[in-house]
Amino acid sequence: MSYDKFISLNSTAVPLPIENIDTDQIIPARFLKATERVGFGDNLFRDWRYDNNNKKKKNFVLNNKRFSGKILVAGKNFGSGSSREHAAWAIYDYGFRCVMSSFFADIFKNNCLNIGVLPLQVSPMFLEKTFKLVHEKPQTIINVNLKKQKVCIKDIELTENFEINEYKKNNMINGFDDIDYLLKMKDSIIEFSKNSLL
Amino acid sequence: MSKTLFDKVWDAHVVRRINNGPDVLFIDRHLVHEVTSPVAFLGLQNRKLNVLFPEKTFATADHNTPTQNQNLPIKDPLSAKQLHALKLNSKKHKISFWGLGHKKNGIVHVIGPENGITLPGATIVCGDSHTSTHGAFGAIAFGIGTSEVEMVLTTQCVLQTKPKKMRITINGKLNKYVTPKDVALYIISQISTSGATGHFVEYSGDVFKDMSMEGRMTVCNLSIEMGARGGMIAPDKKTIDYVKNREFTPKGDEFLKLSKYWSSLKTEKYATFDKEYIFDGYKIEPMITYGTNPGMGVSIGKGIPYSKDLNVNKETYLKSLNYMNYSEGDDLIGKKIDYVFLGSCTNGRIEDFRQFANFVKGKKKCPSVTAWLVPGSHNVHDMIIKEGIYDVLTSSGFEIREPGCSACLAMNEDKIPYGKYVVSTSNRNFEGRQGPGARTLLASPVVAAAAAITGKITDPRIF
Ligand code: SF4
Repeated sequence: MSYDKFISLNSTAVPLPIENIDTDQIIPARFLKATERVGFGDNLFRDWRYDNNNKKKKNFVLNNKRFSGKILVAGKNFGSGSSREHAAWAIYDYGFRCVMSSFFADIFKNNCLNIGVLPLQVSPMFLEKTFKLVHEKPQTIINVNLKKQKVCIKDIELTENFEINEYKKNNMINGFDDIDYLLKMKDSIIEFSKNSLL
Repeated sequence: MSKTLFDKVWDAHVVRRINNGPDVLFIDRHLVHEVTSPVAFLGLQNRKLNVLFPEKTFATADHNTPTQNQNLPIKDPLSAKQLHALKLNSKKHKISFWGLGHKKNGIVHVIGPENGITLPGATIVCGDSHTSTHGAFGAIAFGIGTSEVEMVLTTQCVLQTKPKKMRITINGKLNKYVTPKDVALYIISQISTSGATGHFVEYSGDVFKDMSMEGRMTVCNLSIEMGARGGMIAPDKKTIDYVKNREFTPKGDEFLKLSKYWSSLKTEKYATFDKEYIFDGYKIEPMITYGTNPGMGVSIGKGIPYSKDLNVNKETYLKSLNYMNYSEGDDLIGKKIDYVFLGSCTNGRIEDFRQFANFVKGKKKCPSVTAWLVPGSHNVHDMIIKEGIYDVLTSSGFEIREPGCSACLAMNEDKIPYGKYVVSTSNRNFEGRQGPGARTLLASPVVAAAAAITGKITDPRIF
């Protein structure tokens, strides 16, 4: 599936300063029964957002009107656990285009890149400062420039460069996906398969 | 340059190296299940594409399947729809499909090895993180997302940046009642759930050499819980004997040729790793987890550590203990439990049932405990009966259910009720993993057996 191009983003952010958030929290298994990619945003962080009786939990950040925006800022080791791409879909479907953390789990990071959500890895210091600032001033704008690989918070003159694989970066900027690339080299793949042992 | 086992298998599968980008990796075996595949098949339909190599693609139903009355229609309409979609997609694309009711049906990571789909030196993927299990055979096996499932269906390749390499060596012998599960939980407790992120792990040393193939699968299965892309163990005689004569294993001369190649798949002496850990097998004790990630594990007798003694974020740590309704410094031994779950792709193989049965033989299940014993496949179920394990278990008050993922992720009816404690042989103790509000204590089949007998967290060594 091709996706929207991602070049740069200026947005407020939603802070979630918890570490090791796993994909079972992002979207619990009981919501994985769909056969189409629709409506996953409603169940993003389901069991943190709603209590046992489906009532909104007041103290969870997504239920707090102070915070909104296209950037989710989360504690380190975000997205560990299951490979379910549904987790990335839920984040996208809810309206986020970027997740900022100081560390991401591998499969989750790949899944995000494959659907056009930017996993933005910053230093622990940058993350700490962002949490503090966003918490105090929810209207803070964060500027993410993918082309220049720079993230910047003007209010406190905080800037940092971030890493992203050159190939993936071009894909995101152009809205290409890997299948487009692979289909173009199908002949070489078939040729290669002739020598495979299994 | 000297190569590691991982380098050898990876390099043999690179179709193309993209400049400043990932490698195009050819996939020998693609395993498919009902949950992560429907949107990928939909993608094929939208692009008007077919599966490129149906003979390298194998589908099974496991995540959603009930573990009782499998012969009856599935109650949950959404589950039924998802299972039906897999059946239709498999048929349409001429993929082998072992759905509910098929005699080879079972958890995807259990049936792959049982049927010779999993072979040494292969690249194996599945839309499931515990695909790392198959690394036990010296294969490169890892979980992928649904977009990647679509890629593999259409092109038999994935784009992957070659991970870094890590070696974990454990020498010495394991003590009584210390199982492969304890070895893995021990490693995770030492290096944390993100300790191996970005790496592919090779397990080496006496402990893994001495381990059965089932045990190696348990360890490799849990590689993902230390953050690794996957884990692998060099194939040896045990590996080759295991795969020999299984349904999809090549036969005759081809097998001989392959065996020779497989025996060459070893890390060379001067090959280097980005990171190395060495542990002592004698130091490992029966383990149990007390928190909400698999890194929160301790030797069963030790009690819950204080956050100040660990390198953790205090707030996150206390949130986790709060979910479990435990406190820092609590003793674990003697804590009451309500459920026991034996099963999953981590510990649902025949050896796990043997260990559990050996322990409970001649004892009785504690009446207050609900025990769910779920074999990983029909084949495991058949062996349980053939080996007399069934009789041992039933005379001790246990019943055996039909195969599937079951309470490991609680997508079917097998949900641990809100607030209840379960000693589980599965792989994840995340909040709500085994049902909304469920509290999971991960442990080995032996520790689970001891808890099932006493109704409390119990050190199996006291018996
Ligand atoms: S048993 Fe559990 S971990 Fe294994 S494949 Fe099934 S749900 Fe996933």
